[in-house]
Amino acid sequence: MGYTEEELAEDLKNQEYKYGFTTDIESDDAPKGLNEDIIRLISKKKEEPEWMLEYRLNAYRIWLTMEEPIWAHVSFEKPNYQDIIFYSAPKQNQKAKTWEDVDPELKETMNKLGISLEEQKRLQGVAVDFVMDSVSVATSFKEKLKELGIIFCSFSDAVKEHPDLIQKYMSSVVPVTDNYYAALNSAVFSDGTFCYIPKGVRCPMELSTYFRMNKSGTGQFERTLVVADEGAYCSYLEGCTAPQRDENQLHAAVVELIAMDNAEIKYSTVQNWYPGDKNGKGGVYNLVTKRGLCEKGAKISWTQVETGSAVTWKYPSCILKGDNSVGEFYSVAVTNNFQQADTGTKMVHIGKNTKSTIISKGISAGKSQNSYRGLVQIHKNADNARNFSQCDSLLMTDECGAHTFPYIECKNSTAKIEHEATTSKIGEDQIFYCLQRGISEEKAIGLIVNGYCKEVLNKLPMEFAAEAQKLLAVSLENSVG
Amino acid sequence: MIKITNLHASINGKEILKGLDLEVKAGEVHAIMGPNGAGKSTLASILAGREDYEVTEGSVDFDGVDLLALNTEDRAREGLFLAFQYPVEIPGVSNVNFLRTALNEIREYRGQEQIPAKDFLAMVKEKSKLVELDAGLASRAVNEGFSGGEKKRNEIFQMAMLEPKLAILDETDSGLDIDALRIVSNGVNALKSDNNATIVITHYQRLLDYIVPDFVHVLHDGKIVKTGPKELALELEEKGYDWLK
Repeated sequence: MGYTEEELAEDLKNQEYKYGFTTDIESDDAPKGLNEDIIRLISKKKEEPEWMLEYRLNAYRIWLTMEEPIWAHVSFEKPNYQDIIFYSAPKQNQKAKTWEDVDPELKETMNKLGISLEEQKRLQGVAVDFVMDSVSVATSFKEKLKELGIIFCSFSDAVKEHPDLIQKYMSSVVPVTDNYYAALNSAVFSDGTFCYIPKGVRCPMELSTYFRMNKSGTGQFERTLVVADEGAYCSYLEGCTAPQRDENQLHAAVVELIAMDNAEIKYSTVQNWYPGDKNGKGGVYNLVTKRGLCEKGAKISWTQVETGSAVTWKYPSCILKGDNSVGEFYSVAVTNNFQQADTGTKMVHIGKNTKSTIISKGISAGKSQNSYRGLVQIHKNADNARNFSQCDSLLMTDECGAHTFPYIECKNSTAKIEHEATTSKIGEDQIFYCLQRGISEEKAIGLIVNGYCKEVLNKLPMEFAAEAQKLLAVSLENSVG
Repeated sequence: MIKITNLHASINGKEILKGLDLEVKAGEVHAIMGPNGAGKSTLASILAGREDYEVTEGSVDFDGVDLLALNTEDRAREGLFLAFQYPVEIPGVSNVNFLRTALNEIREYRGQEQIPAKDFLAMVKEKSKLVELDAGLASRAVNEGFSGGEKKRNEIFQMAMLEPKLAILDETDSGLDIDALRIVSNGVNALKSDNNATIVITHYQRLLDYIVPDFVHVLHDGKIVKTGPKELALELEEKGYDWLK
């Protein structure tokens, strides 16, 4: 039955960005700017092994030779990389070993975000790896997962404790040379999450990480690596909120998923970074590379609800390398005011009998620009490959824009590719109908938009779905024109 | 229940209602008939609060409240219901979620508690029988893929759920076959009480065989030009409207 009405009403009262607060904790910062010394400093602070430093330096040298991509349908002032602090860690006497040892102020921040770990430990069965700025401060459920042989830890810990796995899989799906932002991330990544599910193990709980930027002027460079070994299954949730800022913040994450033979990974994101104010001032630049590799009979499913960020540049993709593998992409992207989103997916069919599904719902309001960009690529040996794409755009005002850039490259005549696209304007008749039944305009828009996105929202895990519905309604407050 | 006095209204500068008077008391059924373009549906839209129309003169008293001063949703919450001539589809929103949201908004306005889920579902079950609405339709998306007849039955089902003081049926009979007409009419009749009232807008006398009006009004060129008992409808059927012009 969806969200409760009181909760929605409460949310609608808070028009300004809900998570616009900062935590006053001493930070241990690197100086501004980027050079080899800074990279050495980051690596040293994180007590990394030599090979990790070499990897970073190599990535940095590659990055220097690259140029920022300009093909996306977004325009923004390019970040000044010499004005960014590339490392910031909350200062604590020593790393917390148990949840009880965690700094009370950090706990307060998490409470404001509605992710009290105590609550979640008891009620949700969700293991949370909370990342605040750059250092992972608490990891729960680790012991329980350990019994099953599941590794779920911060990326820094994994570098130290599981160097063999990191060296084997890191950059195996997104090479350092892949693109400008991926190279940058490889050079300066702060922290992130590593997850390994052993052969035949079905992870019994949703694995969840909340990312949050805190230190003013700190870019954040997350690194996520999820490996599901043969026949394994896991569902991973990623949720983002960021404090309100005047200056722009850069977020260039890399996410790599590896699904071995007959494995399945579900990766769900609710992204709510600060979108900038009503006049387009401030907001997060969300420039993310996300890609998954499917071996034989494997399945990777990306579900995303994108409501935040001033600029979004993001294409969660699937390399369907193994025969009979399956890739899915379900997306809702909402833009309001002056937000710009260029998002979509790539489905690369290499194996035989590979299947992919793309459902994209774009909602544009205010003066925003919302683009779907997708590539379906069928290689010459991919016999009987199948793709279905559906790209729908909903316009809330006369001043916003919706764009669709579907690319298809097919080198196999047995492939079957279907593409459907619609563009519609939110119906005044629909809103009037709701009003006449006593439903307020805000709730009417919430109902209509959630109905429009239902196919995608249904793919989210339960605890995320309700949150996402509320987020959509709040993001589109006062947006009909 | 409702008293409309000297109502003038226009759209894009063109006057559609030109001094309309109408009073409907609790427990009564009034039929409004008239030729195409007389302003029947305009009257329904203005009472419901559609913004396209501008009221230039006159007043509407709805059970002691100045109806024209209220926005659309508050008119509904005060107990005014419009059964649409062309009900819209809202894909992906289930009928039950839609109605629960509406019902709770109305209850909140009236200072009542939200309806418990169990009571709500019992109510859905009971009221859907009234218009012989398949239980499956209640959980489907609002009007999506409904036949013309199902949409009209759904309107009356919603009316039953929201229990309005005044229901305005805007050409509810259009596009209905005889069976559907009977079902819809039975539903409306079953909901009739001493505390509510109904305005039936129609082109045809046929509907009035099922929903028997206390008064029949003829609307022509933005005014009520004749009022009579139910027999007036038969006379209109026979003679047409020309003799009244």
